[in-house]
Amino acid sequence: MIQELTWNRKDLLTIEELSREEIDTIHALATQFKTTLGRSQKKLPTLRGKTIINLFIEPSTRTRIAFEIAAKRLSADVTLVEKAASSLVKGESLRDTAQVVEALNADMIIIRHSAAGSPAYLSQIVDIPVINAGDGAHEHPTQALLDTFTMREKLGHDLSGKKVTILGDILFSRVARSNVWALLKLGAEVTLAGPNTLVPKQFEELGVTVEYNLKKALADADVVMLLRIQHERQTSSHFPSLGEYKALYGLNRERAAWLKPEAIIMHPGPVNRGVELDSSLADGERSVILEQVTNGIVNRMAVLYLCASAANQTSETAI
Amino acid sequence: MSKLIWIKNGRVIDPANKRDGVGDVFIRDGKVCAQPDAEALKRAEVIDAKDLIVAPGLVDIHVHLREPGQTHKEDIRSGSRAAAAGGFTSIVCMPNTTPPADNPGTIRRIMDSCERNAVVNIYPTGCLTIGMKGEQLAPFGSLHAEGIVAVTDDGLCVQNNEIMRRALEYAQHFNLPIMDHCQDMSMTRGSVMNEGYWSLRLGLKGWPSAAEDLIIARNVVLSQHTGAHIHMQHVSSAYGVDILRRAKQRGVRVTGEAMPHHVYFTDEACKTYNTNFKMNPPLRSERDRDAVIEGVLDGSLDIIATDHAPHAPDEKDCEFDTAPFGIIGMETALASCLEVFVHRKLCDLPFLISRLTHRPAEILGLPKGTLSEGVDGDVVIFDPNESWTVDPLHFRSKSSNCPWNGETLRGRVKRTLVAGETVWLDAPGFTI
Repeated sequence: MIQELTWNRKDLLTIEELSREEIDTIHALATQFKTTLGRSQKKLPTLRGKTIINLFIEPSTRTRIAFEIAAKRLSADVTLVEKAASSLVKGESLRDTAQVVEALNADMIIIRHSAAGSPAYLSQIVDIPVINAGDGAHEHPTQALLDTFTMREKLGHDLSGKKVTILGDILFSRVARSNVWALLKLGAEVTLAGPNTLVPKQFEELGVTVEYNLKKALADADVVMLLRIQHERQTSSHFPSLGEYKALYGLNRERAAWLKPEAIIMHPGPVNRGVELDSSLADGERSVILEQVTNGIVNRMAVLYLCASAANQTSETAI
Repeated sequence: MSKLIWIKNGRVIDPANKRDGVGDVFIRDGKVCAQPDAEALKRAEVIDAKDLIVAPGLVDIHVHLREPGQTHKEDIRSGSRAAAAGGFTSIVCMPNTTPPADNPGTIRRIMDSCERNAVVNIYPTGCLTIGMKGEQLAPFGSLHAEGIVAVTDDGLCVQNNEIMRRALEYAQHFNLPIMDHCQDMSMTRGSVMNEGYWSLRLGLKGWPSAAEDLIIARNVVLSQHTGAHIHMQHVSSAYGVDILRRAKQRGVRVTGEAMPHHVYFTDEACKTYNTNFKMNPPLRSERDRDAVIEGVLDGSLDIIATDHAPHAPDEKDCEFDTAPFGIIGMETALASCLEVFVHRKLCDLPFLISRLTHRPAEILGLPKGTLSEGVDGDVVIFDPNESWTVDPLHFRSKSSNCPWNGETLRGRVKRTLVAGETVWLDAPGFTI
């Protein structure tokens, strides 16, 4: 399809380890896949005969479905393994589960897990490609790929110097971490904003700006990305209440007026409507939330294709 | 006929007796003795220690032997052999066994097993509270009668200040020191590594050093209040070291220990999610590491101990979040400390050896850690410069959860003697 791909990874574990060229490669391929979306026959034969396991140790709807659709568009067979319906609840270790999956002749594992680092651990156990669909508060690489892809569509291919503000629960957010790495690699300037209990100043050591003044954080942003307050990850009181969060940090019409007119509003979903984002803004003209979802399909198609190809090359070389 | 051992030609370092020079050590019938007459020397078993260091056997007052109840990880037989291989001749075992050592029967059982299975001296500790639940005092008196040398709820720091206060008072009846694992549990729920840059970056739940400092400070206050001796286990934070330093200046009866892993590694080591870098308290920042080193050098931290904490391979082979805390350390302690302190010229050999011998023994009142005439002939003979590459599969420990796996270290234990008996020899095929 594309000549001279910069890609030789069978696993996609983090954005942190990717080069800018690798991100460009994924985006270029995703752009091509996007042209097929309008066809009545959406399926491509690329991964025909491949079996992909969606190993979802932590619940997910949107990411799981997006991966499933991406895989099916490439003609792969997809099987879902969820924690509740697997031997993991019987005490089987992740190692054993992974080895069983591999022994079932699966060709690829897509893993979502509440424990940070588990995709890297898994990739040391199995030879088949491992795709990280979100590991704890660590990374969610395909989310950052689709987010930056969406930004490139809206702001132009070159994101250098563009200002992106990520607002909300950064501490527990894998989406924030992956986006920070992706945006820095693409030359954008990143500001993290929110209450200091959820946005420690120390994040600045990653090369971003931490801003507690919401008005300043929004004023010159080209993109504002809102994150959900993740009650399920907060083991202690990081914030008094959703009501207080809404009052101090929720993006409403009044605060949206601080933004530049052309600034776009993003959210990885699921949205707590009326908490971090007013409904009218979520559904408004500046919102690109649904385009993010669509772009999630093509970026994941690109990742599946590239990792599968790299794995094929490795195994063919080995023979 | 009496049995005489003559260790000759080595550099004998016996810090308690301010001895440092090439010379001889004699052991008659298991006890260190003065130079015998020429006739006796002819019949002595000679150990040539040329170019080697001869020192009192090392003393580790913080070891988990996992017996009874968790013997798939370690037991007294394997743990004592691991100690011997690391140059340790006296070790103090923690009470978090199954069942916990909170009753005289369990202590007696441990002592009986030591009698049958141990190749080094083992001193047990007892729990501070029943079941280590932090609610009801353990029977210190009965435990003391069975031979415990300290009380501690190691790993499960007593959160209730009233209980801690009463424990400190009551322990004084028996002159029992209290050893405390300093951790405020309310600040560390779900935490798996040091809170800081690396925890933010790795998305792992942080264990802030303040949670350690709070309890160190609490213990200083309670020691001041009760007059009791509290020993702070595995101090890992810069501020914690400073609290101890200031408390000591005011004459409070507190002591502290440093761990080889806390002076060797930092939390950056967690970046590959390798569970052999997960322990409690966690590896901390460079600043903390440097402060712990400084604390050892200026005496704010009195001693070095290992917190040897074996876990079976399948227990550590999992996600970082779910792995148990703890690493093994006895077989790498001397070499890793030599690397940090002596090879970098931060201190001399006698200083380091004192922190691994008579100083820890003094904290718990053990008659160990010296080569004084008449004491048990516990000796370590080591080459401070010999390089070796760590391979836990060759360890005497049952477990291999060792963060130094694959590292090349300088400092090799060549021979260990307990009461004149060789319990470790760095030679292929040596077994005991």
